[in-house]
Order: sequence, then C-alpha cells, then structure tokens
Amino acid sequence: MDKTFTARRRRDLIIAAALAGLAALAPLFIKDVYVQNIMILTLMYAALSQSWNILSGYCGQISLGHALYFGIGAYTTELLFTKFGVLPWFGMLAGGMIAAIIAMGLGYPFFRLRGHYFVIATIVIAEIGLLLFQNWEWAGAAMGITVPVRGDSWLKFQFMRSKLPYFYFALVLCSLAWFVTWWLEDSKWGFWWRAVKDNPEAAESLGVVVFNSKMGAAAVSAFLVAIGGAFYAQFLAYIDPESVMGFQFSLLMALPAVLGGIGTLWGPVLGAVILIPMTELTRSYIGGSGRGVDLIVYGALIVAISLALPQGLVSLFSRSKAKNQAKGATR
Amino acid sequence: MTALLETRGVWQRFGGLVANSDVSISVGRGEIVGLIGPNGAGKSTLFNLIAGVLPPTQGSIWFDGEDVTALPAAERCQRGVGRTFQVVKSFETMTVIDNVIVGALVRNTVMREARRKAHEVLEFTGLAARADVLASDLVPAEKRRLEVARALATEPKLLLLDEVLTGLTPTEAQTGVALVRKVRDTGITVLMVEHVMEIVMPLVDRAIVLDLGKVLVEGKPADVVRDPKVISAYLGDRHAVSA
Repeated sequence: MDKTFTARRRRDLIIAAALAGLAALAPLFIKDVYVQNIMILTLMYAALSQSWNILSGYCGQISLGHALYFGIGAYTTELLFTKFGVLPWFGMLAGGMIAAIIAMGLGYPFFRLRGHYFVIATIVIAEIGLLLFQNWEWAGAAMGITVPVRGDSWLKFQFMRSKLPYFYFALVLCSLAWFVTWWLEDSKWGFWWRAVKDNPEAAESLGVVVFNSKMGAAAVSAFLVAIGGAFYAQFLAYIDPESVMGFQFSLLMALPAVLGGIGTLWGPVLGAVILIPMTELTRSYIGGSGRGVDLIVYGALIVAISLALPQGLVSLFSRSKAKNQAKGATR
Repeated sequence: MTALLETRGVWQRFGGLVANSDVSISVGRGEIVGLIGPNGAGKSTLFNLIAGVLPPTQGSIWFDGEDVTALPAAERCQRGVGRTFQVVKSFETMTVIDNVIVGALVRNTVMREARRKAHEVLEFTGLAARADVLASDLVPAEKRRLEVARALATEPKLLLLDEVLTGLTPTEAQTGVALVRKVRDTGITVLMVEHVMEIVMPLVDRAIVLDLGKVLVEGKPADVVRDPKVISAYLGDRHAVSA
C-alpha cells in the first residue's frame, strides 16, 4: 500500500517535470506574441490559483480577497523600485513577506469567523485595501505608478523587446507553486489542513491546533500570491489600484481551482489552462466591449461543470482509479 | 498510585441549565469504566469537559497528576487523552488511512513513521482492507471503528469512547466489545459512555451512573444495576419500589 502511495507521488512529480519541460520548449515553435502573452497569463493564473488553493482548497478557508495580496506584492515591488531604487527581486521577496504578515494579522480576528462570514470578511478587507491605495498620494493614488524603463536586464527584471523572459519566470513561478503544494500535500501541514477543512472539532481532538493551521496556510498562500503580483507589475510596467487589486483578481484566482478541482494538486493548473485562454480569446473575438461576454461564458462553464462534475475536472482523471479501488475493496 | 483521571467538583452551567453539578469521579490506570445514565443526565457534557472541548464553569480536571482544566482539546490530546464522537466526525473527503494519519502525526513528525503507525492501527482495528477507501464510503459500523482507530493512532493513555456501540447490530456490537477489551489489554485506560446496558455491563470494571447532572451511584456493574436509585432513575419510582 505504501508502495502505491509513493509510486503515485513520484508519478505526479514526473508528469509535472515533463509538462514543465514541454512548456519550456513551447516558445521555440510559438513565435506569435499574442499567443505568448496568453501563455504567460495562463501560467501566472495557474500559479496564483495554486497558491489560493492552499488556503481555500486544502485548508477550506474560502477567500475572495486574495487580490489584496496580489496588489501588495505589486505595490511593494514598484514603490521600493521607484522610490528607493531597490531591485525588483528584493521587492518581490519583501512584498511576499509583507503579504504573509498581513494575512496572519487579518487571520487573527477573521479565522474565528466561519463559513460565509469569513468569505464576506475577505471581500470587504480587499475592497478597503483597494480604497486605501486609491487615496494614498505617496503611492500614486488612483493615477498609479509607471515603472521607469531602464533597458532590458535580468537584474532589473525588465524586458521591452521580448516577452520570453517573462514567460520563463511565469513558468518557474507556476512550477514552484505546484511543487510547494506537492511537497505540502504529504506533510504534517497538508494533513492538518485537510482535517481542519473536513471537521475542525475532530481535528482539534486529534491534536491539530486549528487556529495555527489556518494561520500557516494563510501565510504561505499570501506569500506566493504576492510574488505573482510583483511579477505582474514588472510585466505590465505600470500599475494602478484597479489593475492590480481589483476584485476580478480574487475571482480569477478562485475560478481555475474551482473549475479544475478545489483542494486537489492538479485542479488549479488544469482549470487555468482551460479558463484563461478562453477568457482571452472571448475577450478579443467577441467584440471590444466583450467584458460582459467572457464573464457570461465563465458563468455558464462554471455552472455546467459544477452540475456535471462537482469535484472539478480532475475527477475525470481519477474516476478510473476510484473504480479500481472499489474493485479491490469488494474482492 | 494516583488516578489517571480525576474531576474535582466539576460544574457546568448552560445559561439556567445545570448540566453537571459537583461531579467528582476518578478513573484508575488500566480500568474500563462505564459512564451511564438516562438521556439528559450530563454524560456527554462531562465527556466534553474531560476532552477539553469547553472549560468547566467551576471545578478542576486532573490528568496524569496534572491540572489540565485550562488546556484546550488539542493539548489534552498531546498529553494522552484520545476520544471518539457520539455523532461520528470522520474527515469525509479523506481516505481511511489519511484519517488515521492525522491522529498518528501527534507522536510521529516524520511522515513515513506516521504512515507506518497508521497502518499498524488499521491492522489492530480490523480496517486494513479499507485503508484506501474514502471515509464517506464507509458503512456506519466502519465509521465508528474509524473513530476508534483515529483516536488510537494518537497513542492515548486514556481513551474516551462516546457511544461507540450504540446503533450497531448485535454481531457488530460484539466485535466492538472485543475491540475495547483488546485496547485495554494494550494498557490503555478506557472511559466509555454507553446506553446499551446488557452490552456494557459485562465489559466494564466499574460503572458510574449520572442522573440529573450528579453522580448517583458508582461501583461494580453487578451492584449498580441492582441499586434501587439506579432503577428508579431509569424506570421510575414504581419499579424501584416493586424491586
């Protein structure tokens, strides 16, 4: 039994490495900048959703306010860069740490709330964050910050001539988020989180410190999302509150995981690969004011999938396995 | 040697309702003690107080020679109090083995060892064949067994069993009784709440009867069932008099 378990984990790792390898080769064949752009966004949202999944999927604390951490990553990086000349790499780490600390600070009161009340609190806090940044003069208020162009360099993580460096960074980030999840899945934290999600009272009786588990999940999740925010800021080279902290980011982090399979290792990646290209394509092909139309497509898809496959798209892959298990049990 | 568990003058009030009033009981090492009493006697409340789900309004709880009154449930588990729930609380989206691993992680920080321990406990409780099944797919009797397995994986000194034999078929209940004996033989002290008198009485070394939140009688099971106070608490005064 232990062997099949270890074998499954190793298989996941090999598949992930193979997929990452294939993705790394993709730009050799895909030269179209528009398509490359979609690939970058897909990887970024896969990484974000994977990070969101740690708190909301594994630990079961549904957050619709992760845009806050995304924005904090973006703003920390650009404020440090434009005001103090700190390299984006350090700004990125600083942003991650600030986001993690804020996530725990917010968790302290909010993890006492349950279910819908927690979700509402996350939405409200993210909106407050957005309003604060819209009115914070020093941080550019609603005008935002334009990242000064200093020429292509890895040191300043800034590239004007090609999108490929961004692509590779997004790939690394996505792989990192996946790997962190993979690693946590078979750790004390991973087990604690799933126990907390399923039944906090029973978890507590088995020695799980529920509150600390939630805090840990929130910190890891916020840290990774903020790294994504820092990346996005460098990628756009311009940020304002709405474009890095708007509510749509909170949704776009949650949807791929929900679509692919919430609380699963592969769900977020699978969901992002389907959802993000689709929104980008609908946005560009179904007219310029397609903002509404792509959301309608989302909605329809989410409704269809939650009706047909409540466990998400990954359940398509695990179905045969479940059958085998059932066979093994009746034997 | 001091008792493993002691409650000293424990009171629990919920608003105007007194669920436990001045309850002082003790459980010695290696005993199987039955906690019985009619519905609403305060058995589950006392259980929750011992497990640390809530602090008593008044009084103190001593475990293994220490005052644990202020400790939360998770910490009491770390000290060696394991429990099951009357209404089963399995981790439904996790497999049976994963459910048990959560418990095993209390004493094993290395995953491989926690997993080995969990397999061991599944062997012991007769759930090994169901290890990779989701907890939600278990039948009720198996779920109760999983509750016990999970608690055993925390390697408790004291195991609190909350109606694990209730609602089972006679055959299932007999396997349950055998399991409880097996648990005690490994040196674990057992305190069990149970309704089904004819099953629990031959099993326990000592019975404590609660009624209206107070300790009514305690002693050998054979004496307890004949006690007029117990009969009247269960069946009403008329039967006590005629007995």
